[in-house]
Amino acid sequence: MRREEIKVCVMRVGGTNCDAETKRAFQELGVQAKVLHVNELIKHGNLLDYNVLVFPGGFSFGDYVRSGVIFARSLSVKLGKEIDTFVDEGRPILGICNGFQILVEYGLLPGFEGVSTYPEATLTTNVPQGFKCQWVHLKNENKGKCAFTSKIPTGNVLRMPIAHGEGRFLFPVEKEKQMLQKLIDNDMMVFRYCDENGVVADGTYPTNPNGAFHDIAGICNREGTIFGLMPHPERAMYWWQQPDWTRQTRMPQYGDGKLVFESLISHLTKKF
Amino acid sequence: METHNHPSAVEPFGGAATGVGGVIRDVLGVWADPIACTDVLGFGPLDYDYSKLPAGVKHPKYVYMGVTAGIGAYGNNMGIPTVNGAIYFDDSYTGNVTVYCGCIGLLPLNKFKKNAKPNHVILLAGGKTGRDGIHGVTFASAELTEKSEEISRPAVQIADPIEEEKLKRAIIEVRDRELASAITDLGGGGLSSAVGETAEKFGCGATLALDKVPLKYQGLAPWEIYISESQERMLLAVPPENLDSVMAFFEQEDVEATAIGTLTTERRLHLEYSGETVADLDMAFLFDMGESTKKAVIQTPRLTEPEFAEPANLTETLMQLLSAPNIASKESVVRTYDHEVKGNTTLKPLQGKYAGPNDAAVLKPLDNSWKGLAISCGMNPNYGKIDAYWMAASAIDEAVRNNLAVGGQRIALLDNFTWGNPEKPERLGSLVRACEACYDVATALRTPFISGKDSLYNESPLGPVTPTLLITAVGIVPDIRSTVSMDLKAPGNLLYILGETYPELGGSEYYRLNGFLGSSVPKLHATKARRTYYNLTKAMGEGLVKSCHDLSEGGLAVAAAEMAFAGGYGLELDLRSVPNKLVARHDFLLFSESNSRFLIEVAEQDRSVFEDLMRSKACAPIGKVTKDQKLLVHGLNGKVVVDAGLAELRRSWKKTLGAEAQSE
Repeated sequence: MRREEIKVCVMRVGGTNCDAETKRAFQELGVQAKVLHVNELIKHGNLLDYNVLVFPGGFSFGDYVRSGVIFARSLSVKLGKEIDTFVDEGRPILGICNGFQILVEYGLLPGFEGVSTYPEATLTTNVPQGFKCQWVHLKNENKGKCAFTSKIPTGNVLRMPIAHGEGRFLFPVEKEKQMLQKLIDNDMMVFRYCDENGVVADGTYPTNPNGAFHDIAGICNREGTIFGLMPHPERAMYWWQQPDWTRQTRMPQYGDGKLVFESLISHLTKKF
Repeated sequence: METHNHPSAVEPFGGAATGVGGVIRDVLGVWADPIACTDVLGFGPLDYDYSKLPAGVKHPKYVYMGVTAGIGAYGNNMGIPTVNGAIYFDDSYTGNVTVYCGCIGLLPLNKFKKNAKPNHVILLAGGKTGRDGIHGVTFASAELTEKSEEISRPAVQIADPIEEEKLKRAIIEVRDRELASAITDLGGGGLSSAVGETAEKFGCGATLALDKVPLKYQGLAPWEIYISESQERMLLAVPPENLDSVMAFFEQEDVEATAIGTLTTERRLHLEYSGETVADLDMAFLFDMGESTKKAVIQTPRLTEPEFAEPANLTETLMQLLSAPNIASKESVVRTYDHEVKGNTTLKPLQGKYAGPNDAAVLKPLDNSWKGLAISCGMNPNYGKIDAYWMAASAIDEAVRNNLAVGGQRIALLDNFTWGNPEKPERLGSLVRACEACYDVATALRTPFISGKDSLYNESPLGPVTPTLLITAVGIVPDIRSTVSMDLKAPGNLLYILGETYPELGGSEYYRLNGFLGSSVPKLHATKARRTYYNLTKAMGEGLVKSCHDLSEGGLAVAAAEMAFAGGYGLELDLRSVPNKLVARHDFLLFSESNSRFLIEVAEQDRSVFEDLMRSKACAPIGKVTKDQKLLVHGLNGKVVVDAGLAELRRSWKKTLGAEAQSE
């Protein structure tokens, strides 16, 4: 598949609000990207016309009850079949921030045994509590399975901003050790919060900004085709989005967020 | 820019959230796409003594928590970045919390449609109508009393940002296809003002079926439906042939839209409920205003300058000033607002390696252009206790300075007045004085006022609010690649001060720290300032300015400290080089709040070019950027008068409002 043939569907619903910049990031790299309201996809039944599905950030349905849960449930009722096919065919799905919460609530992530009918993990209220908008460092711990980090060497440190109030990744306490082991064994661990030198936070605030278990910022499924992360790669796309560009004499043209999108495109051009 | 003071006093979270929602609808009400929010807040001291709190007044800490959470909740949920703002503490805000909510929008000029005609359908879109917000505006124009909570709680509306987000999407679609002929928001007065104003604007009348208005619950009387201020509602006028396509766009976004009436040729306002006429009024009766005359008395308070000796340890004084609530870091609040959503915020609210306070935010709103938008504000309520004229002049100059400091040009202004009861002649007198200053300074600086709003009757059992004028400045950055931030960039660079220092400490943070008000309020030499600003902008255009910071609360010493600890480099300064008019004391030189001053960092090799450009201006090199993690200031006798470690300065600045000492 050639780069310009790739079609990305950025799905939105009432309360989604990072769709435009997510679309822009894909378009910048020469792939086709379109923002589609879930109502349009239901009406036309055309989700499978797309090669990539993206859930961007925002507050879908106001994130009432629990972040992402209403959208996830309504999706499984209204578009469940298409999404099943999407997953079975190994078409990539990306969830950013609220999108990650949706993927977890839907049961697509972590998906130890395939798509789960109930959430196997959660993204809950930050500790310390409250919405937080700041730049963080991330360590890529994926060893090669994740399609979205295929061009990022293992151990590399990336910089992106977070902006969320409910980003603390947790497993059920009684199973957390076992599940973590599975995550690592299956190469499903992707990004962990770390300092600028790549030393993981080990739970310390603010390096780990939300109290996430094992400093988890992003994970993928067993196949590496579904990826969810709390930080916003689309806000770390260009040099002028960096927090410190006025301090640099020379800035690279792009920020680290680009690597995520570029990795995905490279994966698609090779695989399909 | 709107005020939402009274609702925020009664219900801080809801009051502030609906303030943001309301001002975003103002932007939608001219077909513009909201791209950024700015919020300026005034609270009583957070450590206010509970026992002194009169009945009906909520504790400042409670109000502070609620208001900041409300603002964050609305902007974040709607996905509009909150990029600029300020928080000010003053005793008089204890009973009269001051909440300014602002929004900036972008509009392709050729999409600005206003050509409604008789027979066009009146369409109500968005949230349902309930009893919330009945008499909201009446309540906003009365003094707050002990009974306000009980009587006026229903006057505060309920916020639903997601509804407004959907509404926004549908409206932008309708705009881009030019399907509607007019739009207005439902704010104060609800349908009663939106319908009447739309009809009046296009020389029409209107007929309305109030029973068609979608309700939250049954049982509302027709008059309640007509004046309810329920949130997230917009009114459109639509040519009948476009109605179906407009409805389809709202349906697509899951937004309810209902045709509730039509514009008519006959100049009457006709309201029906279930076929029965409930009101029938001549338009002229509604809009022909009588004139009213009010008495204004201009009083000058009799104030004197305090007499006290210069403190022995000025380093300690500087630390205390950095911890003063009006100067201290607001990071703990700023980070609860999403200032990066939409991915277009290129100069963020917190700058440098250690989150220093920027002067203005810069956005890059257009994908295909390097043009930017600089947003800043200025507010000096303490000066108003001495002289409302110079308070207003200083606020304008501060907003303009902040904008210039990042590279803003072609600056336009907005004014927002929060005043006491104008029926009282001396309150009206100070308002007149402030307005005179607005005229004088805006014409001298050549910065037009493009919008504004006032909130009067801000009086509580604790007395009137101190007259507060907020000035917001919006400038164009011709190319965001030449944006200048406030953090020091490199050791060895020179630091210049631009503008003259006068013994002007009346109303300053330094006097406040010592328990004084004083009388020597900072004045403004506006024409001279404009000429200086021209040269500064020129120097920036030529790339000579490495960093720039305006001098405001806390004066030279605070500005220098902020630049140093934000950049992570030290400074060595000499007060003997500071251009001044009769300032013979170290503390006055360090902490005077004279207007029209900047600190500017220039590379050694650019020295002569920069100095040539600034010739004939009050501009002098006062020191150097150093590698030492220290702020070192030499006094008039050459001896060191300030010697402070950067980490310690930063800690003093960050500790007051609980910003965690990040990246230390």
